[in-house]
Amino acid sequence: MKFQKFLQWFKAYNWGRFSVISIPYLFLILLFSIPFLVVLRLSVTEMDGVHIMDLTSYADGMITLKLKLSNYLFLVTDDLYVETYISSLKYAVINTVICMFIGYPFAYFMARSPVSMRPALLMLVSLPFWTSYLLRVYAWKGLLDDNGVFNNILIGLHLIDEPIKMMHTSFSMMLGMVYTYLPFMILPLYANLAKMDLRLLEAAKDLGATPFLTFWLITVPLSKNGIIAGAMLVFIPSVGEYVIPELLGGPSTLMIGRVLWDEFFSNNDWAMASAVAVSMVLLILLPLVIFNKYQAESGTGPRA
Amino acid sequence: MGSRVGKIWLGLGYLFLYLPIFTLIVFSFNDSKMVTLWGGFTFKWYGLIAKDTEVIDGLKLSLKVAVLSATGSVFLGMLAAFAMVKYKRFFGRMTFSAHINAPLVVPEVITGLSLLLFFVMCERLFGAPERGLFTIWAGHTSIGLAYAAVVIQSRLMEMDKSLEEAAMDLGCRPFQVFTLVTFPMIAQSLASAWLLTFTISLDDVVSTAFLSGPGSTTLPIIILSRARLGLNPTINVIATITVAVVAVGVLAGSLWMSSQERKRAAEQAAAYRDGMKLDAVPA
Repeated sequence: MKFQKFLQWFKAYNWGRFSVISIPYLFLILLFSIPFLVVLRLSVTEMDGVHIMDLTSYADGMITLKLKLSNYLFLVTDDLYVETYISSLKYAVINTVICMFIGYPFAYFMARSPVSMRPALLMLVSLPFWTSYLLRVYAWKGLLDDNGVFNNILIGLHLIDEPIKMMHTSFSMMLGMVYTYLPFMILPLYANLAKMDLRLLEAAKDLGATPFLTFWLITVPLSKNGIIAGAMLVFIPSVGEYVIPELLGGPSTLMIGRVLWDEFFSNNDWAMASAVAVSMVLLILLPLVIFNKYQAESGTGPRA
Repeated sequence: MGSRVGKIWLGLGYLFLYLPIFTLIVFSFNDSKMVTLWGGFTFKWYGLIAKDTEVIDGLKLSLKVAVLSATGSVFLGMLAAFAMVKYKRFFGRMTFSAHINAPLVVPEVITGLSLLLFFVMCERLFGAPERGLFTIWAGHTSIGLAYAAVVIQSRLMEMDKSLEEAAMDLGCRPFQVFTLVTFPMIAQSLASAWLLTFTISLDDVVSTAFLSGPGSTTLPIIILSRARLGLNPTINVIATITVAVVAVGVLAGSLWMSSQERKRAAEQAAAYRDGMKLDAVPA
């Protein structure tokens, strides 16, 4: 009785476990992986307006696979794209470094402040998260504009006669990026620094280390995981940033996320936008893979 | 290095974080054509926004999407977190974990673009779905799922496993273990995951821009399109209202949390007292 056997197996099978795994899995495959495969396919497809050509065609007993690689060729050879990739990486790196320089001391002083004050200090850092980041980026427009708050104050104090051009420059964009991503750097660093064993610092002091030496030889190496986590949290989203370059950047501040957006919405070039998307994923995944490999080799293992 | 450097550094840092928000609020009461020049106090922009049907419809849609996608994200994220924490071995676990974490790493322009192209393909093949509430929901939920999974996963990992084992030893079925033991213990993380994904969805502009249709613009899309054109006092009003709502919400939330904490401490103390009494009863 094959059917009975099947019934037995069916009853004994752990359906709860099966559905716990498969429901989110199916959701993500359907709405994350397959869409990306669509992008991958479109990036090598001949487009006729918005009409998508078939990749394979059958004629005279021959199946022909037609891959259009000119999009990628264009990406690698066109100066604008190459430049945009490099400048996206550049801005993301600068943003990470500045956030580190401001955020590390900030997190350090937070972690060394009186215990009773720490919850309030922590809440003040995370509070801006709950207000729209679009609005917070927009706020800088009002501050930095030619007739914005800063220029009005400076002119009012007769320090300058002509407004200083701050908006739509790389300065305004970097300011917006640092402003937006600073909490992402502070929070993991604070979590790490607050639980540090302070006896180690005392030991270093007892052994004759200066405060700076103690900081450099004990605190910084111990907070390595916080530094890495913060740097990742800032760097990865900065590379693909769209809103900040759109609202605060200028024509000279090239960012890849904005190029993809324009390619799609302004030029209506789906195939090119797809090719940009695929290369963007590679741009972000490559450092991640190298980083994970490095971590695995150094024996510490990834934090997550 | 004294604590004075520390205080100055922290003070300047907080000034940097709050100055823009503060100016947004101040200039929402500004009675002047020039958005950044103070021209006296007024409520007129607030009156204007109350009649702005575009903004109000956008807000309604945003709230609807945010509630639906936060709920979806927490449900799916909870299942995903369970699968990762409870089932150490299953077919395709590596790919599963990659799938959960991918939306955190992949830029939103890509998530948005790929989902849109996928939906366009679907529409050509099956005639559905049209761009609107559903497509926006799908995008927000796949991003929110990842965040919810991270939050719930960390709670599940630090949870005391022996309680669930005890329930099982006492004869609970797996589903009962979940409803009677696990769920109450992770309820707080579910609530915070819901709030987090709710705000992420409410705030989302990039993937929404790809996924919204002509008749379905969310509030952030309206803000972005107005902000692109330049400074606009209605945006300041929206910001001020958001800040007020958030401030009240956070205050109420922390008050509720601390009262909950006190209640629990009192219950615990009472339980200990009763336990002592029982011990004292002579056999």
